[in-house]
Amino acid sequence: MIVAQVEGAPFIQWSWVADRTDVVLAKLLEHVQLTVIAVVIGLIISFPLALWAYRHKKVYPPITVFTGLLYTIPSLALFALLVPYTGLSLETALIGLVSYTLLILVRNIVAGLDGVPADTKEAALGLGFTKRQLLWRVELPLALPVILAGIRVATVTTIGLVTVAAFIGKGGLGYFILLGFDRLFPTALLLGSVLSMAFAVVVDGLLVWTERLVTPWSRSRKLVTT
Amino acid sequence: MSDVAISLRHVSKRFSQNGGPAAVGDLTLDMRRGETVVLVGPSGCGKTTTMKMINRLVEPSSGTIEVDGTDILKQNPVELRRHIGYVIQSIGLLPHRTVRDNMATVPKLVGWKEGRVEQRIDELVEIFELDRELLERYPAELSGGQRQRVGVARALAVDPPVMLMDEPFGAVDPIVRERLQDQFLHIQEELRKTIVFVTHDIDEAIKMADRIAILNKGGVVEQYAPPEEILREPANNFVKQFVGVERGLKRLALTNVSEIEVEEGPVVTSGTSSEDALKEMERFDFHWTAVVDEGELKGWVDVPSVKRVRTVSEVEPRPFSAYVTEQSTLREALDSIVTSRTHVAVVAIEGQRYKGILTLERISREILS
Repeated sequence: MIVAQVEGAPFIQWSWVADRTDVVLAKLLEHVQLTVIAVVIGLIISFPLALWAYRHKKVYPPITVFTGLLYTIPSLALFALLVPYTGLSLETALIGLVSYTLLILVRNIVAGLDGVPADTKEAALGLGFTKRQLLWRVELPLALPVILAGIRVATVTTIGLVTVAAFIGKGGLGYFILLGFDRLFPTALLLGSVLSMAFAVVVDGLLVWTERLVTPWSRSRKLVTT
Repeated sequence: MSDVAISLRHVSKRFSQNGGPAAVGDLTLDMRRGETVVLVGPSGCGKTTTMKMINRLVEPSSGTIEVDGTDILKQNPVELRRHIGYVIQSIGLLPHRTVRDNMATVPKLVGWKEGRVEQRIDELVEIFELDRELLERYPAELSGGQRQRVGVARALAVDPPVMLMDEPFGAVDPIVRERLQDQFLHIQEELRKTIVFVTHDIDEAIKMADRIAILNKGGVVEQYAPPEEILREPANNFVKQFVGVERGLKRLALTNVSEIEVEEGPVVTSGTSSEDALKEMERFDFHWTAVVDEGELKGWVDVPSVKRVRTVSEVEPRPFSAYVTEQSTLREALDSIVTSRTHVAVVAIEGQRYKGILTLERISREILS
């Protein structure tokens, strides 16, 4: 695809965008897919890790050190390092993306569980909840706001990182950013950036709304005394 | 069924492995069915630990505990807890569940059908005089007193024979606390549960208990007796100090006016002639007399006002500023005596029906007996 900023042409060429709506949609869809799959896999991995750390305080530091290390690897370098093993593939992109979610998710799940008041747990045990019932019916629901906050941060971070995966050919909207950069073509650069940002804002809003929906008890109504 | 509902035999609890001081050293205690036993003592006396061993939130290091003749250490702890009511100071309502769902917690854990749960919640609402509107609220939307009542109601949901209550009224202000205590005493009168009640407040212990166990460091029982006996005959200096000053006054708070004989005082009807009224006052060496018509207490008239007229009906009786009822405690009667100008408490029963009077001499005789 040969494009370049032509002298005297408008800064944003809407016709260029209009001609490629199918590509834009395909890349947006890829972006959504990569984000959702990465965060879901991230959750599947972090959940048991966080539970383990919550139950056994000793394993929490090594887990945070490990996931923290993953988090500090520059994303570009991580994708480049993985290419020799997993190629220019979806796996490469996902391994990278998932790695970055782990620290945020593990930390927030543990913090959420730690934040459940001790007397609530004691009362629940005293009423006759089993350990498992306590976890699923008391601890996790009460930890939900903090866990969801972690999911929000992880998701928004992932949406930004997906664009970096464009360098290995799996970058969703990052495709346009890379294209605009290579060809000095602002229309593509802006298209990729703005759509990626808009997606992040929409997802963030959706998660805030979800949090309100699933934690009705935290929206306190007026106190009535009788 | 035996008379003993809960029996602790040589129970001990050590939290540290390496021979630190035991939280509870060697405790033996029998608790009778339908009685409220209050464990009271300074912090570190092991009262809460002792209570938590009964539902195995704390596992005893040695000894045996029987509830209704069954060794609880051989029972499944989760099953055990579902059949023992449990209330803690902070109440621990589940913040993410409505009042209705909180009260339904244990019935659902033991597998009651929806209809039965609903019916039970209706009963609890009635017993605890809760506003039905509260059922759909979350705990954060309740006042302290409401939370406390819901917490106790929740503990009673499956009608367990035994209740453990750890400072259940500790988190509310004194006025609300008194109301909750009174309400609970009233409910307990009907339910006759076996209750283990923990508090650090001796006044609360005296008020709530059928029997008080005064514990010292390491779960040593210094005295185990009904409140009246502990106040009358403290077993040793520790108990005497713990019970504190005003033992006599505290004992007065344990007796209701209905339990003692009231005295006769001067009474006239409005039809009485002033001459007879004056004689009546002279008979008791009083300078006033109660006026009662058809049993109903109208007020009082004094010597000067009666002297000016021919019959009592010509004088407007002045109302008593305060009178006590049969449900009042002797302590309240005493208060009434020392604050009234006449130094006499007038006793009336419901509907202002005149019963008699109480004097300082009568009440002090009660303390000395």
